[in-house]
Amino acid sequence: MIDPPDQRPGGQLSPQLAMRVAILGGIALAIFAIIFFRLWFLQVLSGDQYLAQASSNRVRDVTVQAPRGELLDRNGTVLVENRNAVAVTVAPQRLPEDEGPRLALLRRLSRVLGESTRPERCRLGRRTFRRMPLECTIDQQAAVTPYADVVVEPDASRPVYSYLAERAGEFPGVEIQNAWLREYPFKTVGAHLFGTVGQIDENGLRDANFRGVRGGSIVGKSGLEYTYDKYLRGTNGAQRIEVDAQGRPKRKLREVPVVKGSDVQLSIDSRLQRVGQQALATGISMAQANGNPADGGAFVALDPRNGEVLAMGSNPTFDPNDFTRPIPTRVYEQKFTSESANRPLFNRAISGGFAIGSTFKIVTAAAALASGIITPGTYYNDTGTWRSGTQIRRNAGGAIFGSVNLEKALAVSVDTFFYDLGARLNEDPATHPRGGELQRWARDFGFGERSGIDLGGEMRGVVPDSRSSDALKAAERRCRRVRRVANCNYAFLDDTWTIGDNVSLAIGQGDFLASPLQLAVAYGAIENGGTIVRPHIGMSVLDEDGRVQQRISPRPVRRIDVPDIDTIRQGLLDSTTQSGGTSVDVFQGFGKPVYGKTGTAQITNRPDQSWYVAYVPDAERPIVVAAVIENGGFGAQAAAPAVRQILSQWFYGRAGEAVAGRSASY
Amino acid sequence: MSATPIQRSVERTTRGGSGPRLLFDPLLLLAAIGLAVISVIAIGGSTRTDIAGNPNFYAHRQIAFAVIGTILMVVISRFDYSRLREFKIGVYGLMIGLNVLTLLLAAATRGARSWIGLGFFRFQPSELGKVLLIVALAGFIVDRYRRLGERETTARLMLLALAPAALVMVQPDLGSASVYVVAALTMLFIAGTPGRHIMGLIALFAVSLVFVLGVAPAVGVDLLKPYQVDRLTGFLHPNESNNETTYQLNQSKIAIGSGEKTGRGLDRATQTGLNFLPEHHTDFIFSVVGERWGFAGAAAVLSLFALLIWRTVRLLTMAKNLFGTLIAAGILAMLMYQLLVNVGMTIGIMPITGVTLPLMSYGGASYLTTFIALGLLQSIHVQARIAQGSKGRGLVLS
Repeated sequence: MIDPPDQRPGGQLSPQLAMRVAILGGIALAIFAIIFFRLWFLQVLSGDQYLAQASSNRVRDVTVQAPRGELLDRNGTVLVENRNAVAVTVAPQRLPEDEGPRLALLRRLSRVLGESTRPERCRLGRRTFRRMPLECTIDQQAAVTPYADVVVEPDASRPVYSYLAERAGEFPGVEIQNAWLREYPFKTVGAHLFGTVGQIDENGLRDANFRGVRGGSIVGKSGLEYTYDKYLRGTNGAQRIEVDAQGRPKRKLREVPVVKGSDVQLSIDSRLQRVGQQALATGISMAQANGNPADGGAFVALDPRNGEVLAMGSNPTFDPNDFTRPIPTRVYEQKFTSESANRPLFNRAISGGFAIGSTFKIVTAAAALASGIITPGTYYNDTGTWRSGTQIRRNAGGAIFGSVNLEKALAVSVDTFFYDLGARLNEDPATHPRGGELQRWARDFGFGERSGIDLGGEMRGVVPDSRSSDALKAAERRCRRVRRVANCNYAFLDDTWTIGDNVSLAIGQGDFLASPLQLAVAYGAIENGGTIVRPHIGMSVLDEDGRVQQRISPRPVRRIDVPDIDTIRQGLLDSTTQSGGTSVDVFQGFGKPVYGKTGTAQITNRPDQSWYVAYVPDAERPIVVAAVIENGGFGAQAAAPAVRQILSQWFYGRAGEAVAGRSASY
Repeated sequence: MSATPIQRSVERTTRGGSGPRLLFDPLLLLAAIGLAVISVIAIGGSTRTDIAGNPNFYAHRQIAFAVIGTILMVVISRFDYSRLREFKIGVYGLMIGLNVLTLLLAAATRGARSWIGLGFFRFQPSELGKVLLIVALAGFIVDRYRRLGERETTARLMLLALAPAALVMVQPDLGSASVYVVAALTMLFIAGTPGRHIMGLIALFAVSLVFVLGVAPAVGVDLLKPYQVDRLTGFLHPNESNNETTYQLNQSKIAIGSGEKTGRGLDRATQTGLNFLPEHHTDFIFSVVGERWGFAGAAAVLSLFALLIWRTVRLLTMAKNLFGTLIAAGILAMLMYQLLVNVGMTIGIMPITGVTLPLMSYGGASYLTTFIALGLLQSIHVQARIAQGSKGRGLVLS
């Protein structure tokens, strides 16, 4: 009998209903048990782990880039400074993991940044993929430093960063950071000296120069930025900030302050630097006016007392401001690596290897005097030609000078005089594989070795001897075999070292190679009485108040004892003052004694290199300047006028007109 | 019949003549008020910065809901719920009408929404519909009590619940729809529907769930919107993807876990305070409790719920008629199911369905519905006590 459904007084429970209620109660109990157990697991057993996650959720460590020290010239003019910018960076590991959303995000970011979204070729390691440019940049950088942020836009415009800042939540992994960019107010002035800065890469992290630098930091990559990086880079700051779910900063929890890098004062005189580069360009156009296909050049101005570089330039040049922003590959190639651009990034003043022609004659003179084969009073009878066996060599333009001593031979540049010395200084290659006195003196003057300047990329140069000549011939043979060509133009494949090689060396020809910097150092030794200085551009490290904190004064490389140095000096002075001197017309009315030497180096199948090197002694401001104009013709006609302008700027504060010499001697 | 001392004390109370007010179940009331107070404090703390310039916006409104709800509860408890049985068709019609109206209004504004704007708050008919369905269904079941063993009865009664569930599902309010079904099943079970019918229905639902979530999307038919499928299945693989669903689940787990034993306190509760956890005052209010007061606080809230559930289970056995038992069963199922699904969601063992936590989550409709349900429970209690009093007997557990 079932109870009437509408009236079932409480307490009269049917056993079936009691059972069902018990089942329901049991289910409820089980549910509570499950929830309690799960809560216990979450909160008590693994609570600390979730607490850590909650902390990392809300806390973000932000590196605050330290502004680098500035580079000042010797008068305190700022040559390289910092500009505040907003960089857009991407943290690759915080991007969406799934391919679809990730690509959609990068596509959207590309559009915001105004970059193409079309896939292009992208090199990753050894393989090439098709990626849109932004993705390519990120993948390439992430392959090198996986945990560092990738800078995708170093200098975002205001609309771009306000767009991204307002939509931080829609761009996971994309961040906006304060950044410092290098700025070069004088544009091309000193372009080759400063070098570039950038994010440290894998090699950089192994470099002793960057010991203690953390991945993702901005460091100097080349030039002075690299050499003096430890002073310039400063210390990055760190901020621990609390952010909300949209990534908006709420407050600072902890802060390690930024320490700006120290300023470095350079020995460069910015006005001299500017005038020097202009003078070089003028010299090149003068050479072109003379019908020579001049297309480049370089100059170096040193303080001969201590090797401080007062100015150094290379032509063609560039504006380093171009490198603070990413450059499209096509523009980069057209501007910097194409044939017509003629390698503007190449610093010819230290990295260019040239035959230096007659400017080498002081070395021959010193070697001859030291070995006693001549004295300042020894006369040589010039007949216009010099013979040895079947070889006949002539003075430039077929000039005949008659009886000349060393002083005169330097002043008017008598080639035969030095051919004779070269022949007499030659040694048997069997007993002297590294050459004789001539080679020894060339090396003593600093040729064939790096000067040790505080810039990377310096070339060593070549002082030819039988060993180097053999090496060159071997290279020529190898080249011909490998490339299957008739001639690689490294060397002639005639006999081994001959007397003719030494004769060529005596006037700075043959296989001899040197840079304008090495030449300036060698002439500096004539000025200062035999000290081979170590050239340097960095002069002092300044503290925050602009006081000198540390002087940079590297010790000289060596001292040499040049015999009868006054005779050599007199010969150089005569060349700008005595009638018949090779650069008299260039330095007419200069008002200070100029000790100079022209050089015209001949290269097979190409126009001559125009050289001029000179020093002016001065109690306060001595200077030595070397200049070369590639394919510029005679020394007096292109390089010498440039040197005069540089000297004029140094002593009189104005470049004055460029005066071309007429001398057609080597 | 000899009375035990406890019985005697109850009889004294009921005969004491101080009115039916004392026939209230005080523990049920205590649990409800306790949860409401905790809710207001938790909501107040976690929404301080949500509306600029008005830190107490949500807390004040929640207090208003609680006060209105309490008044409603008291008023309802004074009436005999049994009379509602006569109006079962009207109640059912009202529920269907309200849900249809919601759909029509939503269609008129071309939006998908499950609420009707009432100025003061957004009224969600699907919430109120839960109680209306329970009352109406209890009436229908009692009517067919003598034919409960028949398959046709089970089918008819279940269809009565499935029709509004379908209406609610398209609003879309999947959570409420599932509450309807669960409540109906529980009521059928308590009423005495044969076990094989119940099992058959459960199997049917399981199969259709698998079909909707697994098979249909696989063959390219989206019965549910993809985000709904995501929400329903996201908790099964919390680390797999980075979408919104797993984000919420993970943030919720982090919030609760980081509360540890005694909680992080209001100022250090960064998960909710810094907005890592969205919907912290509605669906994820339990995460707020877990983060702020830790295991201790979460356990306290659960204990109050346990108290509530226990008092409801007890009502099942003491209701004066089957109608009351069934209403209590429906309300029990509603509360227990919502508790399981909502808390389970915040601790990562249940899918995200948008089911609110009764008496805790912010929201007028949910709050008032729960208080109406509690009013019905109190009414069942009062009526049982009156019936006991008049007949002088009863099984009393307290």
